[in-house]
Amino acid sequence: MAAVTGPAGALDVARAARRKGRGRSGPGGGATKGGWRVTPWLFLLVPVGMLLLFTYVPVANMVWYSFTSWDGLDPVKEPVGWKNYVEIFTRPEIFRVFLVSLYYLVGAAVQLVLALYFATVLSFSTRFRNWFKGIIFFPYLINGVAIGLVFLYFFRPGGTLDAFLAAFGFTEPPLWLGDPSLVNVSLAATSVWRYMGLNFVLFLGAIQSIPNELYEAADLDGANSWQKFRFIIAPGIRQIIGLSLILAISGALSVFEMPFVMTGGANGSETFVIQTVNTAFKFSKVGLASAMAVVLLLIVLLISWIQRRILPDERGDLT
Amino acid sequence: MSSAPIRTSAPRDDDARGPGATTSHPSRPDAHGDVADPPPPAPSGTDRVRRATARWARDASPVLGPVAKTLKYVSLVAACLVAIVPLVTVFMASFKTQAEFRETGPLDPPTSWTNLDNFVTAFTRGGMLQGFVNTTIILVVALTGTIIIGTMAAYAVDRFTFRGQRLVVGAFLLATLVPGVTTQVATFQIVSGLGLFNTRWAAIVLFMGTDIISIYIFLQFMKSIPKSLDEAAMLDGANRMTIYARIIFPLLKPAIATVVIIKGIAIYNEFYLPWLYMPKRDLGVISTSLFRFKGPFGAQWEVISAGTVLVIVPTLVAFLLLQRYIYNGLTSGATK
Repeated sequence: MAAVTGPAGALDVARAARRKGRGRSGPGGGATKGGWRVTPWLFLLVPVGMLLLFTYVPVANMVWYSFTSWDGLDPVKEPVGWKNYVEIFTRPEIFRVFLVSLYYLVGAAVQLVLALYFATVLSFSTRFRNWFKGIIFFPYLINGVAIGLVFLYFFRPGGTLDAFLAAFGFTEPPLWLGDPSLVNVSLAATSVWRYMGLNFVLFLGAIQSIPNELYEAADLDGANSWQKFRFIIAPGIRQIIGLSLILAISGALSVFEMPFVMTGGANGSETFVIQTVNTAFKFSKVGLASAMAVVLLLIVLLISWIQRRILPDERGDLT
Repeated sequence: MSSAPIRTSAPRDDDARGPGATTSHPSRPDAHGDVADPPPPAPSGTDRVRRATARWARDASPVLGPVAKTLKYVSLVAACLVAIVPLVTVFMASFKTQAEFRETGPLDPPTSWTNLDNFVTAFTRGGMLQGFVNTTIILVVALTGTIIIGTMAAYAVDRFTFRGQRLVVGAFLLATLVPGVTTQVATFQIVSGLGLFNTRWAAIVLFMGTDIISIYIFLQFMKSIPKSLDEAAMLDGANRMTIYARIIFPLLKPAIATVVIIKGIAIYNEFYLPWLYMPKRDLGVISTSLFRFKGPFGAQWEVISAGTVLVIVPTLVAFLLLQRYIYNGLTSGATK
């Protein structure tokens, strides 16, 4: 994995130091220079221990559980082979929830386009710029449960949205959260409201870090604004757009909070993660739920891998 | 320098709503106030078309500049209304009495802006007080732990060369790709195996142990601290622990501030972990306490609104005070 190499120079030094360490056989040398040094591991003991305990061991266990019919309590974990995986892909009510992700994917696309638009607009001089920036960004900081309740109030019959529409003479609004054909649209819109500000601020930061000389040169060449966007801004923020796209896609696949708080997954708004959580903790089918989580994990890893293939120069080194 | 505008007989491209191009401000990009708005469909096909569009946009700028400018401000104001209106109506509802709430519409302001009964109800009967206490405890302990763990890990990785270094770095990197929500099915067994289920430690330990982003922020910052400082201290006889505690840690302050802010916001807003691991009522954090409002106060929207406002106000205050740090923190955190 090229992306994880430390600075090449440091590694060469490390290798040289190791060689030296091996050649020398003095007592107690191991702890000072070369070979297995103890001090760095003292510093790493807790961080690596926690990393293993709360990330790698669970992933390994999850894979193991996914091949069993374990209920979460039984001391015996009965192996069942690929049965859980077959169930995921053959039982329509499990696989169907992936379709719900499509609403959030569309929402994510809208979110990125809006964020890019507002970031571009605000990167040029604008009156009240900081106010606009702050207001557009602020929703991202709000507690998810609070947002859920705010939008329950917003979408409820006779709520903010209906009152607003009534003011424009539209008096027979649909049930925004009660109608199965609308509920996912409403929820995806809420997600856009919540997360757009983050993409917006990231894009804006990237645009503002483009050196001014580029714009000046473009001015000298008589470029118009669209050309500046197309040939200076767009290439300059390609990386952050790519990264946001990947995050948006994996975010859309693992939506949990918004629908869980607002509808609890009712009316066909159940997402894959809600279903996984229910399968594990409500119906005590830890084996099946683990298989579902493994499937989601593999999809997310696949997307990340594709990202690295498409944007290979993303992070060539640690930072 | 750009050539003087030449009048073309008719615009070639009707819907290329020219982003008012300015040609005579060679100073800063900020000077281009009249830019903007939906980038016109790019005729990036041939150079000829592109040049024609550019010429056209330059010609039309005296007319289209103001139009584009208006559209830009209209879109910005619309975005702000969309962001604010849902929050303002909840804010207004939180001051209404039950009867008043039933009789008035969501867009009507409350008769009295000093009616705090709903807030009192939310605080006492709704368990928000308990929620704030628990959130504060978890926030302080988990943040302290995250900072110590993160700086130690970053120190070890950046200031030492040792066998297995690449493996350790790779393990941390790979872990950023594992989405937390998916692994809880199995993490749950570990947490309950450790006897932490239904204790505050469950959330604390998970916030500390699964935070890789802050390690990256520390690592990135530590690279800018010159190694000669370490070497000088070592010549003076300081050991590694002293160097970490006396030299590196204090110099990391800006990075620590960044981590405190972005991690603090994340912990304050977290719902999933406390909901899964601390279902006991007394252990409710603000998210889970507020979530429980849906039950007993199901129809009392004025009380639910008050609870919601109580949760949002601290965030708003923090945002107003720490704006710049929050923007910077997110930018450095998210791009890692």
